[in-house]
Amino acid sequence: MSKKLLMKGNEAIAEAAIRAGVQGYYGYPITPQSELLEYMSSELPKRGGAFVQAESEVAAINMVYGASGAGARTMTSTSGPGFSLMQEAISYIACAELPCFLVNVMRGGPGLGTIQPSQGDYFQAVKGGGHGDYKMIVLAPNSVQEMADFTYLGFDLADKYRTPTMILTDGALGQMMESVQFPEYNLDEHLVDKPWATTGRENGRKQNVITSLHLQSEQMEQINLKLQKKYREIEKNEVRYETIETEDADFLIVAFGLSSRVCHKALELAREEGLKVGLLRPITLYPYPYDILNKLADQVKGMLVVEMNAGQMLEDVKLAVNGKVSVDFYGRMGGMIPQPDAILSKIRELYSAHTKTKMEV
Amino acid sequence: MNKELIIAGFGGQGVLSMGMTLAYAGMVEDKEVVWMPSYGPEMRGGTANCIVVVSDDRVSSPIINQFDTAIILNQPSMDKFESAVKPGGHILYEANNIMNPSTRDDISTYKIPAVVEANKLNNPKTMNMIILGAFLALNSVVKNESILEALKKVLPERHHHLIPLNEKALLKGAELVGEFV
Repeated sequence: MSKKLLMKGNEAIAEAAIRAGVQGYYGYPITPQSELLEYMSSELPKRGGAFVQAESEVAAINMVYGASGAGARTMTSTSGPGFSLMQEAISYIACAELPCFLVNVMRGGPGLGTIQPSQGDYFQAVKGGGHGDYKMIVLAPNSVQEMADFTYLGFDLADKYRTPTMILTDGALGQMMESVQFPEYNLDEHLVDKPWATTGRENGRKQNVITSLHLQSEQMEQINLKLQKKYREIEKNEVRYETIETEDADFLIVAFGLSSRVCHKALELAREEGLKVGLLRPITLYPYPYDILNKLADQVKGMLVVEMNAGQMLEDVKLAVNGKVSVDFYGRMGGMIPQPDAILSKIRELYSAHTKTKMEV
Repeated sequence: MNKELIIAGFGGQGVLSMGMTLAYAGMVEDKEVVWMPSYGPEMRGGTANCIVVVSDDRVSSPIINQFDTAIILNQPSMDKFESAVKPGGHILYEANNIMNPSTRDDISTYKIPAVVEANKLNNPKTMNMIILGAFLALNSVVKNESILEALKKVLPERHHHLIPLNEKALLKGAELVGEFV
């Protein structure tokens, strides 16, 4: 482990990516992500990688596509408006089964919106913002330490499954400082062979072709079946979540990223009042922790989903719970952050309503 | 120990750097720390604030709306954050910049003539360290030595010769609240 450093979340991602051996970073500046690109511009060239400030987000992601096709560890980072521009190429990359690591530091939308933090890009990240049946592994850190940890993980999972992976985070986690330690990471143990990469034909090896165009439907269906098989594998192996005080909980909060931190505070305050509240924090947003939520639905009398959007992950919670308990929602939008006391009043209100209903039954 | 505070004032008063110095010092002492700046358009002139949490345990939320202490350096911030202090909490405010301090009687309010004292030290920029010194005298969150250690990280090297002056400012701040503690 490195010694403890005080860093912004954006910087922690950049430093972790360099330590994880990123060979090419291609990006275009946008608040609240710019510290990441800035850090890369000054550090990466000194440490053996290529930094390119592209002419647009569309160019940046296509450079990622190219570099990944050539076998490099590669990444880009942006915020919502930039990420929207990248969707076409992300769909191509997923279809061509190339590994890459992406970061979306969310800001308030829709449109150009605001530069304040938001979680409004959940659907875009998790449900496939581009065209066609593809998925990305989506990691949602909630601390500066996890911004670093999940960067290593993002690169490793991308290589393992030959798929784009991403960190979905927000402006507040990007801008705030916490202490962070970088783990030992021996690149040789993590880099995988890429016999499919277009590195130039030598010794008469078979030609490698990277494409997402398959005009024959029979062939394209086979590609889809292969992708779907991979996604089932990912769903089986890579679900990650954290539970806080769920053991004796009869009411559950579900939140990811920054919201989960605020909910943790609200949980502490609720526990002080004797309310048995637990918190489930999905760490992977795809694959989503449906099973544990379904299990917890048998235990608790109600759930509250808290997000910095109009209720996006809410739909996945409802799918998981499948009508077993009532699921309520509290959200702020447009760059506003839910405050602990507002969440606490919502918990109080729902807690008494749900526990009362049960008693009457 | 878990101390949650907000530092608020005009851009340029050293609001963000005061908070960052405190967070660094907490880390030097192996405590859990969070520094959450306001990073909106207000950073470009206008009001600025940051939340700092220093704790012995894992910090739940970097987003807080009830604080143990508010360090207030201008009137708009006093108006905005006066009500965000927990009952029994503290407000430290800069005497020259605030005409209408809090009238709450369930908190302790400390008027710190930091601007006047900083001028006496021949460096108006030490104002924030004087207030920080006062805060640390009232709350033993971190040691002064850790603040000095932190300043080595926060200040660019060309300003390291100012660290002894900052130490004087910290001690002056402690002296100013000496009668209260």
